[in-house]
Amino acid sequence: MNNALVFSLAGVGLFIIGLHGLAVYSHLLRKVLALNIMGSGVFLVIAGLARRLPDAEPDAVPDALVITGIVVAVAATALALALMLKVRADAGIPELPERERE
Amino acid sequence: MPQQSTLVVAAVLLPLSGVLLCFLFSAFARGLFLITVALTSTVVLSLALNLPDSGAVRHLVGGWGAPLGIELYADGLAVFLLLTTTLTIAAVAIYGVRYFESPTQPATFWPLLCFLWTALNALFLSGDIFNLYITLELMGLSAVALVALAGGETALTGAMRYLLVTFLGSLSYLLGVALLYHAAGTLDIQLLGERLGPDTTTWIALCLITGAMVLKSALFPLHFWLPPAHSSAPAPVSAVLSGLVVIASFYILLRLWLEVMPEGKAPLGQLLAVLGAIAIVWGSLIALRQPQVKLLVAYSTVAQLGYLFLPFAIRNTELAAAAWRGALYLVLCHALAKAAMFMAVGNVLRFGGHDNIDDQDHSVQRLPATLAAFGLAGVTIIGLPPSGGFLAKWMLLEASVGARQWWLAFVILGGGLLAAAYIFRVVGLAFTEGSLAREPRIVPRPMEWICLGLAFASLVLGIAAVPLLELLDVGLPFGGAPNGVLEDESLSGVSP
Repeated sequence: MNNALVFSLAGVGLFIIGLHGLAVYSHLLRKVLALNIMGSGVFLVIAGLARRLPDAEPDAVPDALVITGIVVAVAATALALALMLKVRADAGIPELPERERE
Repeated sequence: MPQQSTLVVAAVLLPLSGVLLCFLFSAFARGLFLITVALTSTVVLSLALNLPDSGAVRHLVGGWGAPLGIELYADGLAVFLLLTTTLTIAAVAIYGVRYFESPTQPATFWPLLCFLWTALNALFLSGDIFNLYITLELMGLSAVALVALAGGETALTGAMRYLLVTFLGSLSYLLGVALLYHAAGTLDIQLLGERLGPDTTTWIALCLITGAMVLKSALFPLHFWLPPAHSSAPAPVSAVLSGLVVIASFYILLRLWLEVMPEGKAPLGQLLAVLGAIAIVWGSLIALRQPQVKLLVAYSTVAQLGYLFLPFAIRNTELAAAAWRGALYLVLCHALAKAAMFMAVGNVLRFGGHDNIDDQDHSVQRLPATLAAFGLAGVTIIGLPPSGGFLAKWMLLEASVGARQWWLAFVILGGGLLAAAYIFRVVGLAFTEGSLAREPRIVPRPMEWICLGLAFASLVLGIAAVPLLELLDVGLPFGGAPNGVLEDESLSGVSP
């Protein structure tokens, strides 16, 4: 079992844990955190797979991808948190209402 | 005449500078936005006019190629969607000038809309899958902020759910991108197509991406987030969301389908088409039951999006190309017609203060242009001749019959009947008498005329289709032969 496999399996594990959290918890902060855990998982996969051949130097492109991805994730998290506070101010609780049945 | 590649860059840079200027000088945001609209439409129009001569354009930004550089690629498909975007945004801008007139309205509308526009243009022109991720995310974030502009509990929770969905979709897409990069060592769409084979990693990646795009395009059964978000946004925002934003993720799926997916994709295509067919029937039936016009129009979007996924079932390259032309033409007609409908609903809301279908006041007598616009746009949504919607659905129908996919033909025709039912439900009830719930507010004339103009344009598209379809074929994005030449032969070869 090489390093790349360990990293990417851990990344996929984080992704699945985050997905579970997103589906199960109703508090919006937990949902936002769950999405961030998923994001960390994805970044771990990208970075873990950077060494494409066993004895080659790691590729520079995945680094660039992770850095850009983190910037985007921070922006999205900021927006999500701001929106969450607004939802709490307006609806009283930081939760989404149950979907009305169609 | 400036070089085509300069125009391609300008199509992204102009709205981007518009964002900064609108944000910095928010007192003049409206004027600055209109200037941006004028400049960008000129650029996109001349790009489109010259494209048949120049052929598809590939531009390396700053002279840096793959893997680290950013590549822009403008073929007929991309420029066709740029044109759709420009038309819709221009109409929304004119409408928005009067809609956001009062000083209490948020000034952030203009920079946000401009940002959304930049993201859309950049997305359609992106030549690699990572830039697609970035633009997809930028588009999602500005769209969420625009939904939240309306304020109030419904809009905020709608925006929040939309944000969670779009964030989830982007992350799944990014995971897919990571795996594809690992498998092929490139992010360039064209190179990916050459290097990828049908191995497990590739298929996991492509399934993740397909799932993410299905979620973002609100294909049945992942459409749950669309109606609350689209119906709670301000009318001009709903117009952009329903006409353009959902199309962007469909576009990514289509590009990957056409250029990257390896052999053995037929079962996946069949599944997507079946979901599209269910979306048409289910979305229309739910639309029929909605108490409010705006929700009805939003569910109609769910149904109309279903049509775009039907061509995935067609295997023959020539016939599939014909079907894709129809689907893309439907994108254009739907964007204009749906924008007209949401604007019409915006007018009705402003006039009567509510949009309950059952007690529509005699708004038809007071807002004749608005109701005419809703009806005319409805003609395109139903797909009656001579509208653009008719032409698009006819092309889809012809290709389905040619490929002997009778169930597709059946769904296309049935969807038209259901659409007729929900459109006439609104148009018909508006004629009955009712009491005014509250003192009507004056609707500014330009707000009525612009939505009538859009609805009319969606009709005219049925007659003036040839140059647009030729534009769509530049660079042969769908494979197969150019429109009309070999298509007829292949049709006669397949039919008995």
